[in-house]
Parts: sequence; C-alpha cells; structure tokens
Amino acid sequence: MFNCRRKSNGLCLSIFIVAAICSLSVSVKAQSETIDSTVVTDTNLVVAAPPTSVIASEYKYDDAEALELSWVPSIDDQLVDGLVLAYRVYRATNGGELEMIEELTPGNNNFTDHDLSGDSSYSYVVAAVTVSGEYSSNATAAISPEREWLNYEKKWLFLIALFITSAIMYFIRTARKKKLFVRKIAGLEAIDDAVGRATEMGRSILFIPGIQDMDDVQTLAGLTILGRIAGTIAEYDTKLFMPVSRSLVMTAARETIKASFQTAGRPDKYHDDIVTYVTDEQFGYVAHVDGIMVREKPATVFLLGAFFAESLILAETGNSIGAIQIAGTARPAQLPFFIAACDFTLIGEELFAASAYLSDEPRALGSLKGQDVGKALAMFVILIGVLATTIASAWHVEAMQTVVDTLSSVFSTK
Amino acid sequence: MEHFAIWVAAFLTMGIFSFLYKDNAWYKLCEAIFVGISAGYWFVTLFWDNIYGKFWVGKGDDSMLYIGAFLGLLMLMRLVPKIGWISRWPLAFIVGATAGFYLINYFSSNVMRQVEDTIMPLLGPDYSAGAYDIIGNIVIAVGTFSGLVYFFFSKEHKGAFGATAKVGIFFLMITFGASFGYTVMSRMSLLIGRLDFLFGDWLGMIK
Repeated sequence: MFNCRRKSNGLCLSIFIVAAICSLSVSVKAQSETIDSTVVTDTNLVVAAPPTSVIASEYKYDDAEALELSWVPSIDDQLVDGLVLAYRVYRATNGGELEMIEELTPGNNNFTDHDLSGDSSYSYVVAAVTVSGEYSSNATAAISPEREWLNYEKKWLFLIALFITSAIMYFIRTARKKKLFVRKIAGLEAIDDAVGRATEMGRSILFIPGIQDMDDVQTLAGLTILGRIAGTIAEYDTKLFMPVSRSLVMTAARETIKASFQTAGRPDKYHDDIVTYVTDEQFGYVAHVDGIMVREKPATVFLLGAFFAESLILAETGNSIGAIQIAGTARPAQLPFFIAACDFTLIGEELFAASAYLSDEPRALGSLKGQDVGKALAMFVILIGVLATTIASAWHVEAMQTVVDTLSSVFSTK
Repeated sequence: MEHFAIWVAAFLTMGIFSFLYKDNAWYKLCEAIFVGISAGYWFVTLFWDNIYGKFWVGKGDDSMLYIGAFLGLLMLMRLVPKIGWISRWPLAFIVGATAGFYLINYFSSNVMRQVEDTIMPLLGPDYSAGAYDIIGNIVIAVGTFSGLVYFFFSKEHKGAFGATAKVGIFFLMITFGASFGYTVMSRMSLLIGRLDFLFGDWLGMIK
C-alpha cells in the first residue's frame, strides 16, 4: 500500500492515475462478483490496508443462532494518526448479496453475529473504512450456525430453575411427612356450599372446563378441582353435567369423575353421559352451553379453566338464571368479566393453588410451596435491584452499580 | 346464490339474537345447526389435514408423525373395555410433555423477563425522569412487588404483609377495570359488524 500525500512530483501523479484506474476496475469487478478483496471505492489519496485473516467460526453453546467473526486489524489501524475510521462488517446469506450489518470502532478485531438461522449459510467480509473509501478483506468461507447440546447463554435460567425445582422436590418430600401450611383462599369454602345449595334445591351442577385442550395447565387445574367437586357431588347424590369442547378433555374428565365417584363409594352413580362433547368451535360450544343453561337452570355453575371471548357470555347467562357461579382462570383479559358476573373468582395463580389445596396431594402442595420460594426470590431481587439501581443512578455509587450489573446479567433474557 | 346465502346468514343471525329475549325454537334450531355444522367441519378438517394430508399425500415423510399416530391409536383402546386403561398413556404423554415444554418458556417470559424489566431507577438515570415517568416507574415497581405478595400462599395476609397484599389486589382491580372497559369496546365493534351486515348487506339500508 502507498500514500501519495507525501509525494508531489510527476511520479506521484502517474501512480495516482494508475491507482485510480486500478481502483475503478476493481470496483467494477467487486460489483460483478459481489465478494472480492481490497476494494478501493474512492479516488482520494488515502489508501489503507484491509483487515486480514478474517475467520467466521461457530459460536459455542448456543441454539444455532450466532457466529463469531475475528480478524487481524489493518496495519493502518493505529491509535495515533490511524487511517482507519471504522470497520464495517458485511454479510452474504446463502450466497446472496453482501449487506452491511455492523459498523465497529477502530481497534476492534472480533464481532458476534446474532439472530441467525441454522438453516442458512453465511459468509462475511470486513472492510476498513478510511476517508477515501473502504478496503475489504477476502470473503470468509460460508458457514452455518450449529446447535449445541448446551446453551451457555441460558445458564442462569437453568440454575434458577434448578434452584426452584430443588425447592419443589424438598417440599414434596416434606409434605409426605407432615401437613404444610397454605393460607386459605377466598372462594374455596364456597365450593362445598355451592354443591350443598344445588342438592337442597334439587337442581343440577354445571361444570365448564374452558375451551382449551389437555396441554393447557389451566384445564389441568380445572380438572383437579373437578375431582374434588365430583367427590362431594357423589356423596350428596346431586346431578352433574359437563359439556366440553375437546375430545381429550372429555376423556380426562370422565376418568376424573369416575375415580372420584369410586373413591366416594358411589361407582353406580357414574355414567359417561355426565361429560358430553359438543364441538371444537368456540362459539358453537357457547351457543350450546347457553342453551342448556337456560333449559336445565343449574343451581351452581363452575367455570374453571382457560377461557377466551366466551367468558362474559357464559358468565352473564349463568348470572341471568340466578346460579351461584364460581369461576377461575389465569387469563388476565377474561378475569374482569368473571369478577363482574360471578360470585367468587379465583384470580390467576389462585386457580392452581386451589387445585393443590383441595387435592391435598403432597406433590401439588409441595409444588405450590416450592413456587412460593421462587416468588420470594423474585420479590427479594426486585426490592434489592430497584433500590440499588435508583441509588446507583442518582448518586453514582459504584458498589450499587456492581449489584445492578450482576442482577441484570443473571436475569437477562436477551 | 349470493342473495340466498345472505338471507340464510341473516336468518341465523336473527335466530341467535332472539336468545336475548328468551330461549325459543328458532334459537334451538340455529344452535343445533351451528353445533352440528361446526363439529362436522372440525372432523372433516382434522381428517383431511392430518390423516389424509400427512399420511396419504405426504406419505408420512416425517418419522415423528408415526409416534403421534401410535399415540392416537392407543387413545382408541378406550373402545375395548378390557384394555381401555392403555388410553391413559397418550394422555399422560401429552400432559407431561407439554408441561415440560412450557415450563422454560413461561419461566423465561413470566419470571426472568418480569424481574429484569422491573429493575429500573425510580427517578430515572441522573434524576432525568419527569414527574409522570417517576410515577410510572413507582407504579410498576410497587405493583409488581405487591402483586407477588398477594400471590404468596405460604403466609397469612396479616399485618404489614397483609397490607402489602391489599395494595397488590388494588393494583389488580384497577388493571381489571381498565381491561374490562377496553374489551367491552372491542365487543361493541363486533356488534357493530353484525349490525352492519344486517342493515347493509341484508336490508341495504346502509350504502
């Protein structure tokens, strides 16, 4: 490489003209081949060496979404009077056009490219930027990100999940030996009262488990509570009916009710028609349930599970026939309707807590207590984190900033 | 044909609306049509998309499909009372696999992300936040913390803990109130859409 600024004679002019012609021809070639080396795009007198030994390599321990790029900086990249103003990283996807993805300050010699796909291949060019233009390296060989068995970027997620899981395991073991304390949840006492009311009035009980399938944890929680309710219903000899919108829920609900009736010593009272499949279609299901609500006039309606736009329609119809309604869902958008139209509402996690509380199962209770450990951890971190970041940003306390940085790196999801 | 379809749609719409007055034969007819057609539609869709589309047209290219098909066949064991218990296996697989799958997703988005986003300077960086921003920051921090206290089940809601839980339920109720109003407005737009169909497409009163 050369620098013509220091020469002012005819030889320099000749070299300049030759260089200009060369640079023009190289630029044209670069456009036609997309990827080329040492592209001089300007005809000013400043010329710099490009970065060399550019290597794209696998980013270790990720989910096939990143590649690492390293290079030897341009020899003209110096701290004092350096010619390089920046480095530009170009990427070609699946052999396509080069596009600039990052501009880095001088002195950089590596870059990690995120948000990639394991199904595509990528090659890179790094260009040193000077006032006269860009001087590009050779293109790297095409490479695809690979998925590893371990994703180190999620190590904190793993460790915190492991901590909470250990707490759950501990409390499950403890629950098998002694009774664990769980605070009373408003509305749970009402369940037995509601079943008793239906018995006294000689009317039926309607149970609606939401419109989601068995892969939704809210449906599972609803069916767990159903198990307890079905036991009481079997003892009181009350009529239960349960229209469902998913075939798997029908199967699981029948199993649950059958087991509860057997446990209560009334297997003869069980029949498959207690649980009926209607349709998977959301509003077709709602039309049917609304119809049987006004025809059967159940004394008690349970709405426990995952609900969507049908929540208000069902709760309003139940309200209009004067039924006691006990609802519960973890969908925040539907909770307001249940709160407005039902007598008791299990809000969000209360639904899961209620299923654990009512089942009295060591696994369910231990799980609930273990999750409380997670919540205690979250509360502690939020309290410390908010105080530390407020003090650090207002009074520039170094120690507090260290705390904030540590917490941010641990709980970072980016 | 298009006019006939509009008349049928209007007839069914009015039939469903008639439920607002009281349960009647017209509503029952519409309900039965709705339930019957939708159940049949779902059966046909699932059959042609999954069984025909993936195993006949696709020739079962993805070997994982055979695992799903095998689990599906196990579900049918319910039809044979003696070995009906086998149908619990695919149910257990679905419940266990999805619980494990969602655990990490929910933990990442509902716990880690929530904590990460709540840790912020209440006064803004270098006292830079305005009054509204400071109030907003305090609402997020206090609301999240007190909400967590409300959903903590290992301690009675008494004393300072109970007071904090009460603050948490206030936050929840304010949120629900806002959500209620927002959703009611979106439901009104659905009603307007139906009325637009009746008065526009059907009666031609809206041009």
